[in-house]
Amino acid sequence: MLEQIEGSQAVAKTVARCRPEVICAYPISPQTHIVEGLSRIVKAGELAPCEFVNVESEFAAMSVAIGASATGARAYTATASQGLLYMTEALYNASGLGLPIVMTVANRAIGAPINIWNDHSDSMSQRDSGWIQLYVESNQEAVDVHIQAFRLAEELSLPVMVCMDGFVLTHAMERVEIPEQEQVDGFLAPFEPRQVLDPAAPVTIGAMVGPEAYTEVRYLAHYKQMQALDRIPEVAGAFEQAFQRPAGGLLREYRTGDAQTIIVALGSVLGTIEDVVDELREQGVRIGALGIKTFRPWPREEVRRALQHASRVVVLEKALSIGIGGIVAQNVHGALEGLPVTVRTAIAGLGGRPITKRSLRRLFTEAHSDQLHELTFVDLDHSLVDGELARMVASRRSGPHAENMLRELGIVGARPV
Amino acid sequence: MKTTDLTGTRVKFFQTGSFAVGNRLVEPELRSVQSEPERANAITCGHRACQGCGEALGARYALDAAMRAAGGDLIAANATGCLEVFSTPYPETSWQLPWIHSLFGNAPAVSTGIAAALRAKGNTHTRVVGQGGDGGTVDIGFACLSGMFERGDDVLYICYDNEAYMNTGVQRSAATPEAARTSTTQAVGEQPGAPWGQGKNAALIALAHEIPYVATATIADLRDLERKVQTAMEVRGARYIHVLVTCPLGWGAASGDSIRLARLATQTGLFPVWEGERGDIVSVTKIRHPEPVERYLELQTRFRHLFSPVRREDMIARIQARADRNIERFGLLDGAEYQQEELHNEGGS
Ligand SMILES: Cc1ncc(C[n+]2csc(CCOP(=O)(O)OP(=O)(O)O)c2C)c(N)n1
Ligand code: SF4
Ligand SMILES: [Mg+2]
Repeated sequence: MLEQIEGSQAVAKTVARCRPEVICAYPISPQTHIVEGLSRIVKAGELAPCEFVNVESEFAAMSVAIGASATGARAYTATASQGLLYMTEALYNASGLGLPIVMTVANRAIGAPINIWNDHSDSMSQRDSGWIQLYVESNQEAVDVHIQAFRLAEELSLPVMVCMDGFVLTHAMERVEIPEQEQVDGFLAPFEPRQVLDPAAPVTIGAMVGPEAYTEVRYLAHYKQMQALDRIPEVAGAFEQAFQRPAGGLLREYRTGDAQTIIVALGSVLGTIEDVVDELREQGVRIGALGIKTFRPWPREEVRRALQHASRVVVLEKALSIGIGGIVAQNVHGALEGLPVTVRTAIAGLGGRPITKRSLRRLFTEAHSDQLHELTFVDLDHSLVDGELARMVASRRSGPHAENMLRELGIVGARPV
Repeated sequence: MKTTDLTGTRVKFFQTGSFAVGNRLVEPELRSVQSEPERANAITCGHRACQGCGEALGARYALDAAMRAAGGDLIAANATGCLEVFSTPYPETSWQLPWIHSLFGNAPAVSTGIAAALRAKGNTHTRVVGQGGDGGTVDIGFACLSGMFERGDDVLYICYDNEAYMNTGVQRSAATPEAARTSTTQAVGEQPGAPWGQGKNAALIALAHEIPYVATATIADLRDLERKVQTAMEVRGARYIHVLVTCPLGWGAASGDSIRLARLATQTGLFPVWEGERGDIVSVTKIRHPEPVERYLELQTRFRHLFSPVRREDMIARIQARADRNIERFGLLDGAEYQQEELHNEGGS
């Protein structure tokens, strides 16, 4: 049914139609509305059977999901930012055990400095956790990809993270088509676990494995993710057939055919990027965009194919690998190995800083005329940074960076005496 | 010798010299689970525990009792630690029941997840046990444990307390007793061993959650442990059993002294054995043969620095004071005199 609805509520309704049997909830913005929505649905008896567990931490949330999934129940949770980091140990465990848990990550920056706004620092930090990572551009796609996520996870026995931009998507009211229960049931078969804790056929799950087989277990996890490179487009294709609209998949190309410059990005910023691409196209600039829908597994071949004819690629990233720069850019570099394509990294939108068309226009124009340095921080306030650097030189006890710079901006009133 | 049976009725046994009662002397329904030929053997032979490991013994008795109570319909979640490591050296496993190990600090939450899944599936017959060492339970898993308790999840959690992080080489935990030498509280300096005035009583904290059942037990009284597991399995909701288990390696004790040490821990008053229901202590196992703490301490090299090179009368006295406080607080000797007398009489007959 087509509804005017908040992104989080749309996801909550959709997840409910995927019939999870155990949902673990712990509050953190901007994810909270999703589990709130689910709590209402479960409590009202609209989703049964389902156990909604209010846990004491994200670490517990993922651990409860692990226990539930290993007992053959379809398990779901949602988190963001600090919460994702707090469950890191359990994330690796869930994937190591091959448990098909589905989790929404409402992407948000990580502290310090504590910041509740959107960027991709959280999920990017878990790129090696063994979870499949799908990034969505819109709330419609969030809805559609969640349905696919359960099917993928269970087919492959791997956990899947659906990453949607916090606030930008989770709190946006939009018209969204939420599939009916019968449609979802038709697409998503009941969960048939590959391994299950069953007294009738006892198994040991999570045994200690030494050097003699550890590599093989890890290799298998990698192998399954590589299999996902085939399964993801197949599942997206099946979805399109069943629901009559495209969603998910590995990549989405936008006007890349003859493009000399291609902008690579993930998530909701792609809409803005495409608007700017259109504007520049009108001025005769041969530019296009490539949206990464699946970041893990990394669709190396597909990315290479999409970018190989460009002269330059700008990877616009909402995350920063401190000490090197881009994260996605490193992966793109690898995909383009041996090709004469220049790769530039632009870090933008950290901690919720708006990514404006104006900034993008300037960035893309500079890129197109090869004026961009290897690493650019879009809209960085150099004078603010220089001021703090000067304070550090002037005084040993220069104090905390964040507070100093906020004071300079006039956001924190009190000045030290 | 007099004691009470499972139903609380006083029965009289005519065996002397030890507290053990031979199975042939009791009614079939009172016999030890371990005496049954068809016992579950939940943790079977071939595991890699040290000789005399109290944790292996305690887990075997506890899980077989739980298996009997559940009619074999049981799932176990295990924290990282000796029990997990010695029971599942790849590609072997000692577990004869469905068993999962996830992480060090999440066994209570994994158990919750199992229980939630069973509920969602309408399965009311399969039961869930979570288990871990003192480090996994009292320290790193404590938030998950407390969460499991306060929600009242249908899990029996068993802590095998050997009073330190044994698996990683005997480091201090919040269950390590004062003055004990561990590799992170070494026997050097003015106050050698674990610091004074630290540590927590996990069983009493569990009781404070007002869950249906909390008990402490030791491997010195395995029938009592079996009975408590049986009692715990008869109720639903969050339940907790804290079992003192000896560790010859970590305690620096002879393998053959495991049972003796656990018994001394109770008879000195250092480890009170009790049961609680919904926030109240409802029964206490009286001390039957009081012993000074010294008898317990001197058998373990983790306390050797209390006796040599100089005898630390001050520290021994402080430990005795702690035992005395337990005796007072839990009434461990109240009304128990007659038992001692009879015991002594029988011993001499
Ligand atoms: C998060 C984490 N921290 C530390 C460890 C290392 N570690 C594994 S077992 C263990 C000791 C376990 O002690 P305890 O729970 O008391 O069980 P025991 O081995 O004494 O039976 C430690 C510290 C770990 N596996 N995971
Ligand atoms: S170190 Fe201690 S707890 Fe671990 S197996 Fe040996 S005796 Fe048992
Ligand atoms: Mg221990």
